[in-house]
Amino acid sequence: MSWGTLRNTSQERELFQRRSFVAIIVVILMTGVLIGRFYYLQIIEHETYTTISDRNRVQVQPVPPTRGLIYDRNGVLLAENRPVFSLTVIPEQVSDMDALIGEIRDIVDVPPGDVENFRERLDERRRPFEPVPLRYHLTEAEMARLAVNRHSLPGVEMEARLVRYYPYGRLTSHVLGYVGRINEQDARRIDQVAYAGTHYIGKTGIERVYEKELHGEVGYQNVETNARGRVMRVLEREDPSPGQDLTLNLDIRLQQVAHEALGDRRGAIVAINPETGGLLAQVSTPGFDTNKFVTGIGHESYAELRDSLDKPLFNRATRGQYPPGSTIKPMLALAGLASDTVTQSEIVYDPGYYELPNSSQVFRNWKRQGHGDTTLYDAIVLSSDTYFYKMAYEMGGGMMADYLEHFGFGTVTSLDVRDELPGILPSPEWKRRVHNEPWYPGDSVNMGIGQGYFLSTPLQLAATTSVLASRGERHAPRHLRYIEGDIPARHLLPDVVRPPVEMASESDWEYVINAMEDVVHGSEGTARRISPGLNYRMAGKTGTSQVFSLEGEEYDEDEIAKRMRDHALFVAFAPADDPEIVVSVLVENGGSGSATAAPVARQVTDAWINGFPEVLTEQAVPGAMDDE
Amino acid sequence: MSHEFVRQIAFEPDHLNRRGGWMSRLHLDPWLLLLLFLIMGGGLVVLYSAGENGMAIVQSQALRIGVGLLAMLFFAQLDPMLYRRWSPWLYLAGILSLVLVLLFGAGAQGAQRWLALPGLPRFQPSEAMKLGVPLMVSWFLAQLSLPPRLLPILMALGLTALPGALIIAQPDLGTAVLVIASGLAVLFLAGLSWKLIMLMVAAGGASIPMLWLFVMRDYQKERVLTLLNPGSDPLGAGWNITQSKTAIGSGGLHGKGWGEGTQSHLDFLPEGHTDFILAVLAEEFGFVGVTLLLVLYALVVIRCLYIASMAQTSFSRLLSGGLAIIFFMYVVVNVAMVSGLMPVVGVPLPLVSFGGTSIVTLLAGFGILMAVHTHRRMLES
Repeated sequence: MSWGTLRNTSQERELFQRRSFVAIIVVILMTGVLIGRFYYLQIIEHETYTTISDRNRVQVQPVPPTRGLIYDRNGVLLAENRPVFSLTVIPEQVSDMDALIGEIRDIVDVPPGDVENFRERLDERRRPFEPVPLRYHLTEAEMARLAVNRHSLPGVEMEARLVRYYPYGRLTSHVLGYVGRINEQDARRIDQVAYAGTHYIGKTGIERVYEKELHGEVGYQNVETNARGRVMRVLEREDPSPGQDLTLNLDIRLQQVAHEALGDRRGAIVAINPETGGLLAQVSTPGFDTNKFVTGIGHESYAELRDSLDKPLFNRATRGQYPPGSTIKPMLALAGLASDTVTQSEIVYDPGYYELPNSSQVFRNWKRQGHGDTTLYDAIVLSSDTYFYKMAYEMGGGMMADYLEHFGFGTVTSLDVRDELPGILPSPEWKRRVHNEPWYPGDSVNMGIGQGYFLSTPLQLAATTSVLASRGERHAPRHLRYIEGDIPARHLLPDVVRPPVEMASESDWEYVINAMEDVVHGSEGTARRISPGLNYRMAGKTGTSQVFSLEGEEYDEDEIAKRMRDHALFVAFAPADDPEIVVSVLVENGGSGSATAAPVARQVTDAWINGFPEVLTEQAVPGAMDDE
Repeated sequence: MSHEFVRQIAFEPDHLNRRGGWMSRLHLDPWLLLLLFLIMGGGLVVLYSAGENGMAIVQSQALRIGVGLLAMLFFAQLDPMLYRRWSPWLYLAGILSLVLVLLFGAGAQGAQRWLALPGLPRFQPSEAMKLGVPLMVSWFLAQLSLPPRLLPILMALGLTALPGALIIAQPDLGTAVLVIASGLAVLFLAGLSWKLIMLMVAAGGASIPMLWLFVMRDYQKERVLTLLNPGSDPLGAGWNITQSKTAIGSGGLHGKGWGEGTQSHLDFLPEGHTDFILAVLAEEFGFVGVTLLLVLYALVVIRCLYIASMAQTSFSRLLSGGLAIIFFMYVVVNVAMVSGLMPVVGVPLPLVSFGGTSIVTLLAGFGILMAVHTHRRMLES
């Protein structure tokens, strides 16, 4: 068995025991080293690793407030928040975005436009680990398919978010405006802390004006997340305060009537309650579906809206500045009476034109043969240009401007209308300042029929007519009727701030208003065609706004002919003796106010005074993306 | 001789055998068994928290422990002489399997480690060599008078290096190192001279650059680099080490409490139920828990070395001593890896990590040790 040597077993045993003893010493030493290592990590460096561990798991998350709702005057919901399931991606957790998008597209349909938007959002500034939405409005089936495949899609989440929804998106497009994703421009003007967690911000309209009230206050929560960033539990929470609900003066039924009255035509309608200044309707056609803008409109859809000849994005009611034409004649008449330039009984012969004294310059009446002998009353009913040429010449631009300014021309009169333009109330002083040119007598004459430099918006025409309707009282136009919460609406919108327009004689108001009634009800009134069937007294004034130039672009012959036609205008209020509603109507290229604009105005006042015939139906499409 | 005989009688732990009479009849060592039960019981408690499925994983592990205990019981019944007789054949069979693996082996992740022979379950011959090499080297050296001379030493090194080289060729550097270490451990216990030990340590140190240049794969180099600077790639290769150290460090003195470990429960810690289970224990039971476990391991090794020194034959001594040192080596490698002292190598924490083969092999090894301790002859041959 052995290799020949005699074995000394006890010596071998002792050798082994010595080696075992060495091994035991080494085992004890090594164990000591390892325990020392853990002492270092767990006792000496404990604080450091506790910090790292907490930073690993605990995250502070902002909790966005729920945006306030918007109702019309009858409590009909105009802007609400709907839960929408969307597919979001946390870019930090994705190694190959292209591959991931490819995989997602194998599972659910993602239109190229959405991918394009998603890539843009990726480039925008955002908080780390913030999910970026890729697809909105997931269906149940799509969510189920995604849930099954989620393990193979790291960084992909399904999120229920409250997304703004406008049930009457197309009807309210220019009034409510819309919310959209906070872009870099928005980010500069907001408090980043207050908007932490908020994804949408009011971009235009009411949504923009009352952004602060609608938004609410942000809340916070400390959450524990796992290694993949998924929230496991909430450790601590401070609830957000939801935004305040707004109630507008708007009546969505009237809004729809006005919208339908304009039909396919481009134009605007503003309806005001003259007793309060509350805006009952504010329409600009064509409208557009604001819901498309909420989740991000695709480039193509946007370009289509932006480049459309009909300019659907353009708010004609508040930003469309047109020569007011003859619609200002009643106010000029009051100015003439107040300044003693004319009297109620003074007669002027209208030969069909007006020749400037000491000049060969001739200004033609719209009716070539003239109206013959006319009083101021007749001049309003028949809309005699000649009479007003003469009066304007005699008053001069400065004096006309002084009086018209009281009604609200040339300034922004509304309290909470986003981006309203002031129009232009020309005067010698204005012309010198802006054009550095002297005021010619011809300028006064043109101003007398609301042409020349004179520009006004449909909103302004309604507001100024409202001053007339209420016999001089000035209530600034406003959308907000009531706000829920701590701040009463009157704090946000101080009531009448301007003193009423006063006339020397109260009879002047009735004189002019009677003339406006005869515009509609009189046998020779310019708007007499709308009088049949009227069961209330309506006062109105037609107007025609000349189209001076076309803005660039190439049009075909027919289009030129169509778009060169004058704009039709009509202002009205009813009932004439105690007005409940003031309406201004603009129909672009509608031709004459009497034929085109006046019937539209009557549909609106009919609905308001006689009641609404039909039950309102929701117009907007249920899913904003469905029809893209 | 008579003096030796008396000494043996005196050391023969009759009092223990008497106290646990049924244990002695079953050839079990009560002290070792108690320590193993403490470690495995504690392991199940940690595993309950580390696993995601609650009791399911604990039951599955308990079943494996049961199988392992049966294996231990079985191996404890065999006479050490049997092991000695089978050693060369086991070794040869192991070498043959390793060659077969290289020729026909089934691969996973670029390495051929598994052998599927008809009629046998799939197994890793390299795992078997963890027992095969100490058996063979013990068998070889036990025939000589010790300490061994140079030629037998070289032959013993050859017996160790052959399977080592075959395993490196698979390639599986980690297992190869452990297999080679098991052979060296037996050599050390056999009385390898300190001069030669120093020489081998120096040669080992000098071979590190050679290993780096010619043997180590890129992923292995990466693990080493990661160990040296875990911050260089905190989300990639350094993730395991960083998260493991965070779990350990945040546990503090008493730990976060059972089931309260955030690092493991929120999935920051990878492999929490297998290779990194010690980090879970450290996070939830703190420094106290870790120290207790390490002391238990040390006691197991010391008990095994005591059994070895009490053994009657040279073969039994070398084999059981070698197994004790190998067991401790596994512990050190895993603990050093988890605490960031060594590169990440796939070595489970003995008796605690979830996994079947490891626990059965280990308990079988302890069965051999118990066999050595309980099968005694009155006189040496």
